[in-house]
Amino acid sequence: MADLRCKIGGVSAPNPFWLASAPPTDKEYNVVRAFKAGWGGVVWKTLGEDPPVVNVTSRYGAIRHQGQRMAGFNNIELITDRPLEVNLREIKQVKRDWPDRALVVSLMVPCQEEPWRKILAAVEDTNADGVELNFGCPHGMSERGMGSAVGQVPEYIEMVTRWCKQHTNMPVFVKLTPNVTSILGPAHAAVAGGGDAVSLINTINSITNVNLDAMAPEPMVNGKGAHGGYCGPAVKPIAMHMVAEIARDPECRDIPISGIGGISNWRDAAEFIALGAGSVQVCTAAMHYGFRIVDDMIEGLSNWMDSKGYRTIADFRGAATRNYVDWGALDINYELVAKIDQAACIKCGLCHIACEDTSHQAIAATRDNGDRHYEVIDAECVGCNLCMHVCPVEDCITMEPVDNNKPYVVWGDDPRNPASVQDRQ
Amino acid sequence: MAHDTNHGDSGPDIAFGRLDPADYADNFADAKPPLDRPQALVEASRCHFCYDAPCVEACPTGIDIPAFIAKIASENLKGSALEILNANILGGMCARVCPTEILCEQACVRTAQENKPVKIGLLQRHATDWLFDAAIQPFSRAPASGKTVAVVGAGPAGLSCAHRLATLGHDVVVYEAREKNGGLNEYGIAAYKVPDDFAQRELDFILAVGGIEIRNGQQLGRDITLTKLRDRYDAVFLGVGLAAVRSLANEGAELAGVHPAVDYIATLRQSPDLATLPVGRNVVVIGGGNTAIDIAVQSKRLGAETVSLVYRRGPDHMSATGHEQEFAQINGVTIIHWAQPASLAGAPNGAAGNAAHVRSISFERTALGADGRLAGTGEQFTLAADMVFTAIGQVFLPDPLHADSASPIELQDGAIVVDDDRRTSLPDVFAGGDCVPGIDLTVQAVEDGKRAAIAIDRRLRGTA
Ligand SMILES: Cc1cc2nc3c(=O)[nH]c(=O)nc-3n(C[C@H](O)[C@H](O)[C@H](O)COP(=O)(O)OP(=O)(O)OC[C@H]3O[C@@H](n4cnc5c(N)ncnc54)[C@H](O)[C@@H]3O)c2cc1C
Ligand code: SF4
Ligand code: SF4
Ligand code: SF4
Repeated sequence: MADLRCKIGGVSAPNPFWLASAPPTDKEYNVVRAFKAGWGGVVWKTLGEDPPVVNVTSRYGAIRHQGQRMAGFNNIELITDRPLEVNLREIKQVKRDWPDRALVVSLMVPCQEEPWRKILAAVEDTNADGVELNFGCPHGMSERGMGSAVGQVPEYIEMVTRWCKQHTNMPVFVKLTPNVTSILGPAHAAVAGGGDAVSLINTINSITNVNLDAMAPEPMVNGKGAHGGYCGPAVKPIAMHMVAEIARDPECRDIPISGIGGISNWRDAAEFIALGAGSVQVCTAAMHYGFRIVDDMIEGLSNWMDSKGYRTIADFRGAATRNYVDWGALDINYELVAKIDQAACIKCGLCHIACEDTSHQAIAATRDNGDRHYEVIDAECVGCNLCMHVCPVEDCITMEPVDNNKPYVVWGDDPRNPASVQDRQ
Repeated sequence: MAHDTNHGDSGPDIAFGRLDPADYADNFADAKPPLDRPQALVEASRCHFCYDAPCVEACPTGIDIPAFIAKIASENLKGSALEILNANILGGMCARVCPTEILCEQACVRTAQENKPVKIGLLQRHATDWLFDAAIQPFSRAPASGKTVAVVGAGPAGLSCAHRLATLGHDVVVYEAREKNGGLNEYGIAAYKVPDDFAQRELDFILAVGGIEIRNGQQLGRDITLTKLRDRYDAVFLGVGLAAVRSLANEGAELAGVHPAVDYIATLRQSPDLATLPVGRNVVVIGGGNTAIDIAVQSKRLGAETVSLVYRRGPDHMSATGHEQEFAQINGVTIIHWAQPASLAGAPNGAAGNAAHVRSISFERTALGADGRLAGTGEQFTLAADMVFTAIGQVFLPDPLHADSASPIELQDGAIVVDDDRRTSLPDVFAGGDCVPGIDLTVQAVEDGKRAAIAIDRRLRGTA
């Protein structure tokens, strides 16, 4: 039985599965249910200054993909709309009742030192394990100069992080917005400000759907729609890229990462951890199916770790980071060709039409006594993987390495590169 | 409460109203309920959108199945329905009656993949139902050609031909022997496949394009001859179906209570209130095709206590599909294989003293001999029978054509000989549906009518 305990930025938890700051962590009621279900920690729904914000109704949009509901999810909610005092009282109670779980409190106040000092003092009184600075929320709050309006300006991130470190002893997590051209600017600022960990990603600016009858974006509020924050399974690839960029960056070497974005099961979590995350946070999947999903997350990760011989999270954390390189470090001599398992092929023709119309005309469609037959033309195949991805039969098309006896050569050293070393000599 | 139709004590037990009134509605409601929108979207998403899709090849009318399913998925239901109806104007009927398990769904790659084809028939119904419910008439006619074509028979073949000709700009006059149109769609298909008067709704949709005049009560060979039609019209299409049935030659075959299955089904289909339709307590069906299955299941659903379907060979020899056989068994029909009728025994029909009525039927067991031929084994058994239905084949009745020596048309093996264009031995006469060789299915009749119409159009425009 693998040891799933995690410690990140000075905060400990029995497992790396935390609920992200969002509606699932808005109240004692929800958080207690989550802890009962087995979640290792929560980041409490973002607190702000009183009076609390007022939300609109109609708040969520969703993308369906081929029958899969909520493949992408979007919201226009603000931070908690409950009084600060109520939240603080509940946080204190929950921490007292659940001492072994991680309880981090998300915060967002105006970009001035005094409001931050005040709210940090109030949170410290709850005995919460840490705070997370919400520099990510891309809608509503950003129009008031908070959230991603701060997160998009590295100087502000550094400044606020430094204030927080000065005014509290609690660990400070800095939550980053993906609505930037490079995630490294904000990450470096968090490091420079003295942050104890970064959490990413927050949601992505988005319009999920347009109602073609009302001619307005969804979710619609009395005939109008605002841009919202995009999350759910669809954003996982974007989130993983940003996590990996930080994980391999020398300046960020020492800052732990709490990975967020489209995590729905243990495998997603394992991928984030393999790219360098020390814990993961989940929102959409819990909002889709309820807290019970953590059961399989814990069990599945543990079983997989056992099967791989990993005893602790640290045993594989970042294991894939070293294989995440720039394109220029890839082996230009490596060769693959597609291979079709004729016994498994169901003759849908998708590989043929994809390669024929949009790739390299490398799959021949013929008839053999009337029966359809699809065959890879090795000499034409460039090994792009397209057919493997379109084939609806698992493992029917595999990509087979060609034994070409060529050495590992990167583009910079390749004689075909006009700018390569050999060429210049 | 059952109502006997005869009042004797020793007579056959034939009665109507064997079921509670509500049960009739349940028993003859949609055997395969339609998909709702979410179900259709999930099912449509199962389609791989194959290239050179095997399902298309397996559809006799060649509907572009991946295209119409993709249009359901994108909620372009009008486009989807048109994709279907352009290839098969009776696409709504076919969605309900096609034995998809031996056609498109058998060929679907998901059958090979996981033995669970995409439910093409139900999706086809979803799209066409949408169009009918929206009361959209998507077809219009090309400019008038000035030509008129005679169509004989308003069954699927004739209607398909007439509709295509009308859209191509020709006028059409249909000669139909019966009072109602639709052919077996109206008189033959099992009631629970086409509830809510679907055959007539579809007929109205087809005729709404305009240019099609139907003359009912006009029988070829009785009211008009082929030669007259050829004189009067620019071309003729024959879609007369199979007008005769094979009957038993056994002792007792003439007894009252022995009916051709198709006759009883026609009565059932036209019955305004099934609670008034008499059915036997013990029913025996002879035959191995879909008609046998249909009569057996419908008898059972009318309240017959026992229904035995007896076929002279084994399950694999039956022309009813495995799916249909299973459907009969689920409905409480006992299928007995390897037995052929030997004789039927009757009794005087009670106090009324009518003609002797069947009471039982004896069968002889059969087996394949060493020479591979079917032979009786001599062993016999007897089944009680208040009604016996024969479903041992329908045949083409050539008399209407033979009566007319001025238009000799080539026949072979009891069918009208046609080429790929469905042209007969007479250059201006075309034929299709059950009266030509090939598989006897609604969808094939539709394809025949369509192909003939396209060939007739070429001929009338002098492009062929
Ligand atoms: C009981 C039963 C159940 C069936 N179930 C199915 C099923 O579930 N699925 C399926 O695909 N197929 C089924 N079939 C077969 C299908 O109904 C036929 O293949 C199809 O109807 C053939 O169409 P058609 O136009 O050739 O002939 P028909 O439908 O028979 O139409 C012929 C028309 O011509 C008229 N006619 C005949 N002679 C003359 C004449 N001399 N002059 C003028 N008019 C004339 C008739 O009155 C009729 O209207 C079933 C058949 C039967 C008998
Ligand atoms: S790998 Fe790419 S090039 Fe090769 S057969 Fe497949 S699609 Fe074509
Ligand atoms: S995509 Fe796969 S299943 Fe389809 S034809 Fe190609 S190899 Fe066969
Ligand atoms: S064969 Fe099946 S999966 Fe392929 S296009 Fe036809 S219905 Fe779709």
